Amino acid sequence: MNWRAIATRALTMNLMKVVFLLLGVVILLFIFLPLFTMTVSSSPSQLLDTLRQEEVAGAILLSLYAALLATVVGFILGIPLAYLLARHDFPGKGVIEGLIDLPIVIPHSAAGIALLFVFGRRFLLGSAFHTLGIDFVGEIPGIVIAMLFVSIPFLVNSAKEGFKKVDVRLENVARTLGASPWQAFFRISLPLARGSILSGTVMMWARGISEFGAVMILAYHPMIASVLVYARFEAFGLDYAMPVAVLLILACLVIFIALRVVAHRWETR
Amino acid sequence: MIEIKDLCVKLGSFLMKDTTLDVRDGEYFVLLGPTGAGKTVLLESIAGLNPIKSGQIRLKGKDVTFLSPEKRNIGFAYQEHVLFPHLSVRDNIAFGLMRRRKTRREIEEAIAQVAELLGITDLLERKPAFLSGGESQKTALARALAIKPDLLLLDEPLSAVDPETKEATQRELKEIHNRLGITTIHVTHDFEEAIALGDRIAVLGEGRIVQIGTPEQIFRHPNSEFVARFVMTRNILEGEVLDSSEGQSIFSVEGTKLAVVTALRGRLHASIRPEDILISRGPLHSSALNSFQGTITRIADRGSVIYLTVTVPPEFTCLITRRSFEEMDLREEQKVCITFKASAVHVF
Repeated sequence: MNWRAIATRALTMNLMKVVFLLLGVVILLFIFLPLFTMTVSSSPSQLLDTLRQEEVAGAILLSLYAALLATVVGFILGIPLAYLLARHDFPGKGVIEGLIDLPIVIPHSAAGIALLFVFGRRFLLGSAFHTLGIDFVGEIPGIVIAMLFVSIPFLVNSAKEGFKKVDVRLENVARTLGASPWQAFFRISLPLARGSILSGTVMMWARGISEFGAVMILAYHPMIASVLVYARFEAFGLDYAMPVAVLLILACLVIFIALRVVAHRWETR
Repeated sequence: MIEIKDLCVKLGSFLMKDTTLDVRDGEYFVLLGPTGAGKTVLLESIAGLNPIKSGQIRLKGKDVTFLSPEKRNIGFAYQEHVLFPHLSVRDNIAFGLMRRRKTRREIEEAIAQVAELLGITDLLERKPAFLSGGESQKTALARALAIKPDLLLLDEPLSAVDPETKEATQRELKEIHNRLGITTIHVTHDFEEAIALGDRIAVLGEGRIVQIGTPEQIFRHPNSEFVARFVMTRNILEGEVLDSSEGQSIFSVEGTKLAVVTALRGRLHASIRPEDILISRGPLHSSALNSFQGTITRIADRGSVIYLTVTVPPEFTCLITRRSFEEMDLREEQKVCITFKASAVHVF
């Protein structure tokens, strides 16, 4: 290869990277600009005033709280499934994995309608829970199951990848050393997959907080933050909706940055 | 100690069939076979980690075929020494002890004892990521030994140890076995390792045991083509290493003295690869220290290559190409010279 060929090659390599970089910047700006513009166009005093409104603070707290409940339920039910999917091959596994991904691909308003057909008071589970004193439609449990439905894939998929990375022979050794299957899971597999599980948990919580469509169908009231943004936009217009939106974004940002830092420390410990 | 009868294990597409094996109390038993022969599957099955299709495993006279692994009290060390990466060396060793409801003090004492035995006391606070191959091998062994197992299973314990420390580690294994007297099953694909360590050897091929016997029986009387081929990759001699008058090491076998390069002394084994032996019709003038005259006693035709057995004594298996075989016009009962370097002889 002569010098000219090398120079040409270096140039084309660099050219490719320049093009890729430019394209990447476009998408980064596309995400960043709307959020940034909206945040800076609202004054701190305006935000503070909005936060003082009981309705707004309550809606944001309810979003965080309901998404947290959904994540806890998702954790208890989803982690075992993730482990089974990571450890075993069986006929029809692909179907189950597809089923797990389904909530990501279907429109969430449609998901809300589907949930109504099971958890509505006149339907199967809804009536059963009603006798226990739990109602879903127009209640907090409704918000929780709507969030659970749309966000569970994030935790299950992430935890599954985490468990897959744990060498099955580590569990085998633990068993020969006297650990029951439970102990091998809680002392070996779970701690070793903790990074993926934690990031999956954070993703699930975040996805729950941001849910709008399914929640609106099941429980317009009590209002979570995303529904409140929509309600104010519909009733009073952009100026009233924006501060709530900004507050919601800021709340999420603070929490997720904090969790990321904690998770990173935990990982590298 | 452990009796395996007609054991069948199916794992994915792999089938291990009709395996019958007796390992005596205190014995160092070696499972020898090529990759894919099912050595690890058999070991895992003994530990209770694989579902058994049929057959029986008895441990100390008790049927354990369907007993879960945590109730068998079998120590297991895997090939790459799979240590718990999130636990220190100390906590790795403590893992099995903690499952046994021992007091803190008993656990500390047991750790100190086994760490001392393996010489890893200084490593106790380290995480596995900061250990060398040999160090993690010792940790894995310490972890398995700490529970005072009835049976110790070692899956290729020397494969992840670098060649320089391999022989030392091999001797250490033997010493630990002699000291603790734990019945041990050791899996390897290395014939020399098997001979150096095993009281008895079982040769495994494609999911079944082909031959069981003492190292002597296996390498003197292979019962099948499969074992013979496995064994024939090396000339294995049993003899004594002595000092010659010039300070050189001499391996004496059946009256023949081979020049060797080793620091070891005593009754040992030596191996020479058949392809390292040169055959000529007359004596060769070369710098190689070992040159002997012998008689061709057997010719095994393998197509493009030919294995010759030359009796000096002892018997040497030599490998030559068909072309040189025909050019030299070799026949049985013919006198030939064999020549090889001192460094071609591996003493173990």
